[in-house]
Amino acid sequence: MSLIDLTAVSFAYGRGRPVLDGIDLRIEAGHNLGIVGESGSGKTTILRLLLGLVRPSSGDISFRGAPIDPGDRSFMRVFRRAVQAVFQDPYSSLDPRQKIVDIVAEPLRSLKIATDVDAAVAEALSAVDLPREAAGRYPHEFSGGQRQRIAIARAIVSQPELVLADEVVSALDLTTRIRIVELLNVLSANTTLVLVSHDIGFVALLCQDLVILEKGHIVEQGPARDILSAPKHPYTQRLLESTPRLPDFA
Amino acid sequence: MTDTTPVLAPPTSMRVTPTFLIGATLVGLHIVVGLLTLVWTPYDPTAMTGGRLAPPSLAHWAGTDRLGRDLFTEIMVGARIALSVGIGAVTIAASIGVTLGLLAAFASRTVDDVLAATLDILIAFPTLLLAMLIVAASDGASLGTAIFAIGIASSSIVARLTRILARRVLAMDYITAARVSGTSWLGIVRIHVLPNIWPTLIVNFALQFGLAVIAEASLSYLGLGAPPPNASWGRLLQEAQATVYTAPFGAIAPGIALVSLVIGLNLFADGLRDVADPTRRRR
Repeated sequence: MSLIDLTAVSFAYGRGRPVLDGIDLRIEAGHNLGIVGESGSGKTTILRLLLGLVRPSSGDISFRGAPIDPGDRSFMRVFRRAVQAVFQDPYSSLDPRQKIVDIVAEPLRSLKIATDVDAAVAEALSAVDLPREAAGRYPHEFSGGQRQRIAIARAIVSQPELVLADEVVSALDLTTRIRIVELLNVLSANTTLVLVSHDIGFVALLCQDLVILEKGHIVEQGPARDILSAPKHPYTQRLLESTPRLPDFA
Repeated sequence: MTDTTPVLAPPTSMRVTPTFLIGATLVGLHIVVGLLTLVWTPYDPTAMTGGRLAPPSLAHWAGTDRLGRDLFTEIMVGARIALSVGIGAVTIAASIGVTLGLLAAFASRTVDDVLAATLDILIAFPTLLLAMLIVAASDGASLGTAIFAIGIASSSIVARLTRILARRVLAMDYITAARVSGTSWLGIVRIHVLPNIWPTLIVNFALQFGLAVIAEASLSYLGLGAPPPNASWGRLLQEAQATVYTAPFGAIAPGIALVSLVIGLNLFADGLRDVADPTRRRR
């Protein structure tokens, strides 16, 4: 089933030149998608379009076949419940004035989801391997990796169908990155993931399908296995070649 | 694999600093004295109760003024007037300033530019000068007019600060996360923006409170504040000016009252910031 469809989508900030042009994209339930590109390729703008935070300059974006209309409050409530996000910087994505329970519970309260909030927060924290007592603390009492887990707990507390993650591990050290990748892998059993990253190696670990973006255009898309084994576009080839590898000392 | 980084111990106490205690004590003392004057004063503040310009004595702790009124009683009543002006002016400045600042922060770039330029022009006028203009344009000097004038004059500073702080908060990822979570703009203001800018604003309010007290004293000194028989500290200072060499306590006593309240407010403001900020709490 198609969750979100982008059809001939273009986007420009103000009257500037388009940062995205002619984007056709389909996000299917159960198929994790990786959107890969370098800085300035437009991948974060795609994420903002997918989240309904900005409207396309032209083209259509639909959720389950219906166009995303920010003015339709009841539609947006259903959309927000189904589509959540995790952001790059675990330090600026958590409100320093709020306790973890309030941070994680925000989607439940804002979307008026009828549930036992404390129990749902405890369950979400447990899903990201954080203890129940973390709920009463403030963000500054946690490490970067733990903060990213809290951000993931907030994203999954409303049991969304789709979680969009923007450079979710790029601000973390290697050991913590591995833990977050493992956590996302476990979560992807119940939720479709869209990972936006410059790191093709990271998204290939979790995604069945890849989209390669260069300067606002999709230059290649398809199954991750095919793209990794036989990249067709020179830009994709360069991205793969630039993936860091341990030097061969033999 | 479980993240083995230990969850840090929770904060155990608020950071109550010595400066906060000193500030709270000074401000508290003025509040107690101001409230006390509602039910009791040593003498009738308008009655001649002793000789003119009498020095401090057991009967008149701060001496008497040029009309023989008890200075200590007048200073006590002056505390109530100073606190009334501070509370009134800061309430007006906060209501108008925070609202305008938030509107500017959320507004489109064009509206924001217009508001920011207007605020810049208003800030270029000294608070006292602006207050004098407003009082001069009104029917006449009164306590209410002074409060209104000082509040209006201070609101541009509060608005400018609120706009800057709110824009900084609105740029954070947790605001985007709140939007994705379905939180409305009003909810974002209530849940995220105000709590994050509050500690800085409260410090500014306390400073504005002190400035309002000084501004009222200055207006009264110039004859534009609370009219007689209101025992404003500024009026007491103005009346003592002519006799400052022969009866200096007439100027020293209200001066000490004024300075101690303003210093107390400044120290209290610093302490409030620490108490209001969970990231500054002691482990």
